[in-house]
Amino acid sequence: MEKKIEKQLSLPLKNALQMSLRNFKIRFGRAIIVTMSILLGIAFFMSIMTSNAFTYALIEKGPENIKTLLIENISELKARQTWLLTLSLLVCTVGIINSMLMAVTERSREIGTMKCLGALDRFVMELFLLEAMIHGIGGSIVGSIIGVLIMTIVYLIQYKKIILSIFPLLQILKYFGLSIILGTGLAIIGALYPAIVSARMEPAEAIRREV
Amino acid sequence: MPREVIVRTINLKKTYMLGKIPLPVLKGIDLEIEKGEYISIMGPSGSGKTTLFNMIGGLDKPTEGKVYIDEVDIAQLDAYELAWLRCRKIGYIFQTFNLIPVMTALENVMLPMIFAGMSTDDAREKAKLLLETVGLGDRLHHKPFELSGGQQQRVAIARALANDPAIILADEPTGNLDLKTGKEIINLLRQMNKEKQVSIITATHDLKMLDVSDRVIWIRDGMIERIEDRENLDIRVGHVEGEEAG
Repeated sequence: MEKKIEKQLSLPLKNALQMSLRNFKIRFGRAIIVTMSILLGIAFFMSIMTSNAFTYALIEKGPENIKTLLIENISELKARQTWLLTLSLLVCTVGIINSMLMAVTERSREIGTMKCLGALDRFVMELFLLEAMIHGIGGSIVGSIIGVLIMTIVYLIQYKKIILSIFPLLQILKYFGLSIILGTGLAIIGALYPAIVSARMEPAEAIRREV
Repeated sequence: MPREVIVRTINLKKTYMLGKIPLPVLKGIDLEIEKGEYISIMGPSGSGKTTLFNMIGGLDKPTEGKVYIDEVDIAQLDAYELAWLRCRKIGYIFQTFNLIPVMTALENVMLPMIFAGMSTDDAREKAKLLLETVGLGDRLHHKPFELSGGQQQRVAIARALANDPAIILADEPTGNLDLKTGKEIINLLRQMNKEKQVSIITATHDLKMLDVSDRVIWIRDGMIERIEDRENLDIRVGHVEGEEAG
């Protein structure tokens, strides 16, 4: 039997990006909630990293009395910070997975419709992962800025002007980059499972599914 | 003109599992639909219309039996080929319209063409043309929630026609519309059927459909009860309308 299937199916990146951005804009309230969970997690993460950077900068360049005090407590400080860091990442991951699950489930019918129109599983995945990426980048940039700001204020109150003179800009920029990669990565990982589930559904099943 | 069968089902069965209890919905449907026909699948709710619709459209897998679209057994297609079939060969229309809520009418119609690899500009031109054909030339940039039910269904019809499919499948296309709008949608479907030679298969219990159908397939309890040609129908329509009036 002759197969009559030759032509390509495609979803150009430009269109996919446009669709994802549109979704973000129109479901703004919902999108903000998803982004918030990333934002808060990353702000938490970034504030701890910033506080780390400040501590080391103080030990390196700060006045003698502060230096000795900090060196005495460094091991305890480190342990506490590792714990907080782990916690913040966990909260962030769970929050993102939860939000993405909701976002995908409530759009089940839309996914079914798209598959009726000829969308491949890959297109559905692409759309959701792109959206997750937008959430991730947006949330982690804003989150990082908030984290740095809060910690700078806290240290300013505690150590006054010394902080400005020893401000570890390079270190903080490095952490900034790290937290953006981390936030975006987490958002994508969080979206992966619901995106796979939704992309694999038979269209009839996706359309029928009540939320 | 030679007969050209566009849809063929052979002993089509579908059983859903309700927990551990099997519920047979389709119990062996044998069907042949020719190119350019307007078919109504009639039957009470729960008779298996929508399930049959899903099977023919490749939206769900049969438990047993075969569906051939254009002489291709769709069970043999892989995911990619199946998506291609849904994209190029079949247009779908639903009772609940199922437009993408975040897109304008124009973008909704463009979407299947973008999937099919058409350039954005070409897709836009064709989508405009299609929306004008269904009488929505002045509603191009409205979102679905800014359109009435009838208008949304017109967008859905334009979208179904986007890639010049051989078949349009419509599941209760008038189910959510008032009498007059429903009639308009039916006439529009008939017009498209005539102009574009596209086969139309509707699952419905709207008796207004009888007027325009070439054949009516009556389904009851997952079996074909009878198939009637248009000639034999006219008498029945009068009868039914008389009933409605009375």
